[in-house]
Amino acid sequence: MKAEIEILQPGLFSTIQDNGRFGFMEFGVPVSGVMDKYAAKIVNLLLGNPVDAAVMEITLQGPQLKFHTAINICLSGADLSAAVNGNPVKRNELLQVENGDVLKFGKRKSGFRAYLGVSGGFDTEKVMNSRSWYRGITRNFKLEKNYFLKIHEFPLKTRSTNASIKVDENYLFDKSIDAFPGPEFDKLSEEQQEEIFKVYFSLEVSSNRMAISFAEKFSNEIEPILTGPVLPGTVQLTPAGNVIALMQDCQTTGGYPRILQLSEFGKQVLSQKMPGEKIRFKKVDY
Amino acid sequence: MPVYPQIVPMGEQAILINFKPEISSEQLEKVLFYKRLIKNSEFKVKVEVLNTYNSLLINYDSTIEDAYSEFSRLKSLLKTAKIEKKGNSRLFYVPVCYDEEFGFDLQLISEQKNISISEIIELHTRPVYLIYFLGFLPGFLYLGGLDEKLHFPRKNSPRKQVEKGSVGIGGNQTGIYPENSPGGWQILGRTPVKLFNPKLQNPSPFSAGDHLKFYAVSRDEYLALEEEINAGQFQFKSENYES
Repeated sequence: MKAEIEILQPGLFSTIQDNGRFGFMEFGVPVSGVMDKYAAKIVNLLLGNPVDAAVMEITLQGPQLKFHTAINICLSGADLSAAVNGNPVKRNELLQVENGDVLKFGKRKSGFRAYLGVSGGFDTEKVMNSRSWYRGITRNFKLEKNYFLKIHEFPLKTRSTNASIKVDENYLFDKSIDAFPGPEFDKLSEEQQEEIFKVYFSLEVSSNRMAISFAEKFSNEIEPILTGPVLPGTVQLTPAGNVIALMQDCQTTGGYPRILQLSEFGKQVLSQKMPGEKIRFKKVDY
Repeated sequence: MPVYPQIVPMGEQAILINFKPEISSEQLEKVLFYKRLIKNSEFKVKVEVLNTYNSLLINYDSTIEDAYSEFSRLKSLLKTAKIEKKGNSRLFYVPVCYDEEFGFDLQLISEQKNISISEIIELHTRPVYLIYFLGFLPGFLYLGGLDEKLHFPRKNSPRKQVEKGSVGIGGNQTGIYPENSPGGWQILGRTPVKLFNPKLQNPSPFSAGDHLKFYAVSRDEYLALEEEINAGQFQFKSENYES
């Protein structure tokens, strides 16, 4: 029998992601890929996988998964009280599950997105050099009940090949988001250039993998710009004064002023914040 | 006043080059010339380069090492003054059925502008449109060349769903929805042609700098074309084009 994982319950929103599609922005294709690259890298390193192997990105309320093979797994990122057959699972450690074991998630303790890796990575459909799920590009775009996910057959390991990795989880509690000035930063008034790093912004419920939007308004007196390139981490200011941080599934071009560009670390921290939480942008200079 | 082209970093893995903010075919030619020049130059890591009306984005697949020397290298490339035109621009012919079954807003535009539906179709199929770039949705084309008589504001509240292939007008732009999606454009008709296929190495046949012309087909021809497309037998009518 082929190694598979059965989805008993899909949870809130989970997807399969790797490092995303590189080289297809020219066709208007979003980059996609894991929101928290650090957590994904940790699970792959501990499992001895290539760093870009596909993992499961789990948002807030985790799924229930049944393993139809004995394999090594590893969890990192948010602490969503994972348990195998009722026994709590330690994050950032290699774990062996047996054929028939069930992984469940419970209460959120920290962070917003958890990452599940399996030995060899998820063997789902590859489109444009990536296994990252995105509606309209891959057949599946979120976990559904009764799905079977294919995984590579892999010899079991009793201990991690990288058991000595030090995992720094402080970022899960960090409230400051590192941001560089964006292409239109200079078009803000001097006052606003300071103000943008002082305001506490709270994440809105509508936030998702495309964009994280904030409840607080920030006045916009910038003249409209021609549609230009945007990237995951680009922070836009809309004419109505909404501040929007574009994330991994964002469009490739946009017409709103790009006031900030999050650092790679800033994106990682922001992707672990949940709706309602407050953050502040922290200026980083080039 | 800013001096163009400007080279600015955009995070740790990308560099943005801005030319003068204007929408014109001359400007696009210039942007695409530097795009080719940069793409063909030597990079230490994998990069992708995309353009918009007046910008180039160079996206690196990892953190840019030695950004200072990368900047000066790009600066010297941008000093190349002689803009060479790319020889082989393509002109694609895209069939559109302007039947009222698909062109939900033809009547509205006709009434508000006081021009007949057949005149709208004539005005929409006459120009050769320039493809400035792809963006917004996978396979969505930013086209230039819409007749001023057809400029028409977007809907105040967008439709929840616009069918894939719908051809519409939003302000001074015209375009095709490559996927079912919400949208506020005024819809003139629909093309059976697929603009985007994620299974292909080149998921869209179009690239920045190509040209496009719409031609009207009847409802019967639309349905016949749809069958041809579903059977995988459709081939775009296209030719080399000198603007």
